Parts: sequence; structure tokens; C-alpha cells
Amino acid sequence: MTPTRKRRLILISLVIFGVAVATAIFLTAFKDNIMFFKSPTEVSQNDYPENRSFRLGGMVKEGSLQRLENSLKVLFAVTDYNADVQVEYEGILPDLFREGQGVVAIGYMQNDQLFVAEEVLAKHDENYMPPEVSDILQTEDKQ
Amino acid sequence: MNKIVKFYHEMGSPPSFYRITGYWLKPLLILALGLTIYGLIDGLFYAPPDYQQGDSYRIMFVHVPAAWMSMFIYAVIGICGIIAFVWRMKVAEAVMMASAPIGALFTALTLLTGMLWGKPMWGTYWDWDARMTSELILLFLYIGVMGIYSAYDDDPRKAARLAALVAIIGLINLPIIRYSVEWWTSIHQGASISIMGGNSGIKEWSMLRPLLVMALATKFYYLYSMLHRARNYLLRTEQKKSWVTKQLIES
Repeated sequence: MTPTRKRRLILISLVIFGVAVATAIFLTAFKDNIMFFKSPTEVSQNDYPENRSFRLGGMVKEGSLQRLENSLKVLFAVTDYNADVQVEYEGILPDLFREGQGVVAIGYMQNDQLFVAEEVLAKHDENYMPPEVSDILQTEDKQ
Repeated sequence: MNKIVKFYHEMGSPPSFYRITGYWLKPLLILALGLTIYGLIDGLFYAPPDYQQGDSYRIMFVHVPAAWMSMFIYAVIGICGIIAFVWRMKVAEAVMMASAPIGALFTALTLLTGMLWGKPMWGTYWDWDARMTSELILLFLYIGVMGIYSAYDDDPRKAARLAALVAIIGLINLPIIRYSVEWWTSIHQGASISIMGGNSGIKEWSMLRPLLVMALATKFYYLYSMLHRARNYLLRTEQKKSWVTKQLIES
């Protein structure tokens, strides 16, 4: 390798290294601020931003979904199997919203007990399978 | 061994690169078209519906291969950028600049199909989460590489070196996209296929098959389209050289 090429290679390696370190420091420093993402456990310990909206992530608790009559209002609990948070939402829920499914709710805490969601998003996992396979898996789980 | 070394040197020189890749174009196009048609029919009609998403998940057969290509092409651009910057190889410059618009299109396709999928499934077209934001930055990087190149239209070789620098710096975005769903709590699901095995992802062969066929089809399409563009790039930038004149007289 000629000296000029060597010099250029060293230069470009230093550029890549510098940018990588800068990005890593930037992302680590802003890790918490990129998104206020809280779990039900953190919310129950009063660890949430007050008077501003944040994201609550967890599972919809089985058997907690209530639809209020004559309106689009729904009430459900979001759980991480450790603590629950009551969520109120008015609007159309996504297709994948169901009990036992992961959700992300964007909203604020009205008081210590109730989270008012402005938006509810369903989260799904990377497991795709035909319905028959899912039925077999579920019966196996029950046995 | 000598054959590989000879092939390497031939691919590095514009006239023989032009001559050799000329034979590849037609087979690549036929493979790309055939596999795309087969993959789409297989994915849209023969793959079983998903237990949760029903038929909506079928957009995956376009979305996932397009997303893989958006990152694969950027990796090619980055490596060609390093070669172009350090070794000043003309063919590397040609491959880099020929790849950029194709990668940008695959990135746009990824974002578009993802948005169409996100609305019914998640409940929103767009969410500023790590996976989506880093993929959007990838689109801007592609546009940046093309933009820098166009800004120096008086000297294409210098322009290509500057574009290479942008491309190399942007390489840092690739691991961020790849691991964004693991490093941050994201609404986007994890990888559909893991090479290392593991318990998650697609296990059903009838669902996996169209996905892999489409992944191959997009690779062949990229090779076809990129070589076609790289050949034109070499003709344009080397137009004063004798081999171009000879080539044009022959054809």
C-alpha cells in the first residue's frame, strides 16, 4: 500500500471512529429523553412526568376491558404483571387491540389512579403463524 | 487463484467491467422478474393468513425485502465509498453513484408500505420511534449522497469522492437501524427472521418461502438495475477515452 493510500485509509478510519463515538455518546446521553416511556410499575411508584404527556407501555390485562354504553369510551388496565394502571380512552381502537396484547398508550395521568390516553397503539410481535398452528400451540399450553 | 486475481483486476478497469457485465444484464433481469412474479403470487394467494393479523400481514412480503435492500444497498455504497476514497477506483465510484437512487427508492418503499401496514395494525401511520426515525434518516442520507454529487457537476471524480465521504459517515446509521428495536422500547416488532435461530420469528415454511423468494428477487433486481446504471455512468464519465468510442462504433 502506498503512503498516500495508507494516509487516506487512516484518515477515513479516524472519521468513522469519531462519528461512531460522538453518536454513541449522544444516544446514551439522550436515552431517557428520546421518549418518555414508562411501565406500569414505574407509574405506580409515582415515577412519571407530571403535567405532560408520556407513553405508557404494557399488556392489556385479561378481563379488564369495559366499554361504556352509548359512547366510544373504553376503560382498561395496562399491566406488566407486576403493577396495573387504569386507562381511559375515547376513540377507535386499532385492529390488534385485545386483552393480553401489548399496547402503547400516549396520554397523561389525570390523578394518581387514572391515565387518560389521547392515542392507543397496538404492538404486535414478530411471530407470524397460520391460525391452525396458533390453535395447536394454545391447546398444548393448556395441557 | 490466478483466475480470481485476474477477475478482480478486470472488474476494476472500466472497459472490461463494461464488457463483462454486459453479458449479465439479461439473465439478471429474467431472474428478477421471474422470482418477483412467483414470490408475489405465492405470498398473496398461497401463504396462509396470520393468526392475529389475517391477510393484512401479506404486505410484509414487500415491506421486509425492501427494508433489507435499503440497508444492504447502503452498506454497498459505504464500502464502495471507502474504496473510492482510499484507492480512487473509478468502478467503485460508478457502483456507488449507480446504487444511490435504487437504495433511496427501496427506502421510500419501506417507509410507505410500513405506514400502510401501521395504520390498521398499530393504529397510526407514523410514530417517531427509533426504528422509523432511523429509517427516515437513511432516506435523507441517500438524498444527501446524491445531492452532494450533483452539486459538483464540473468534476465528477471530485464529486464522487465528496459523496463517498457523506456515504462513509452515514454508515454509522446501519447498526442503529438494525438494533433500534432492541436498544429502545419501540412499537416496531423485532426481526422476522434470525439467522442464529432462536424461538421467535416466522417458523412456518409456507410463510417463509415467499419472503425468501422476494428477498432474492429484490437482490437480482438491484444487481440488474445497478449494473445498467454503472455502465452508463462509466460511458458518461469516460466519454473522451478511446474505449468508449470503440464501444460505440461496435454497437
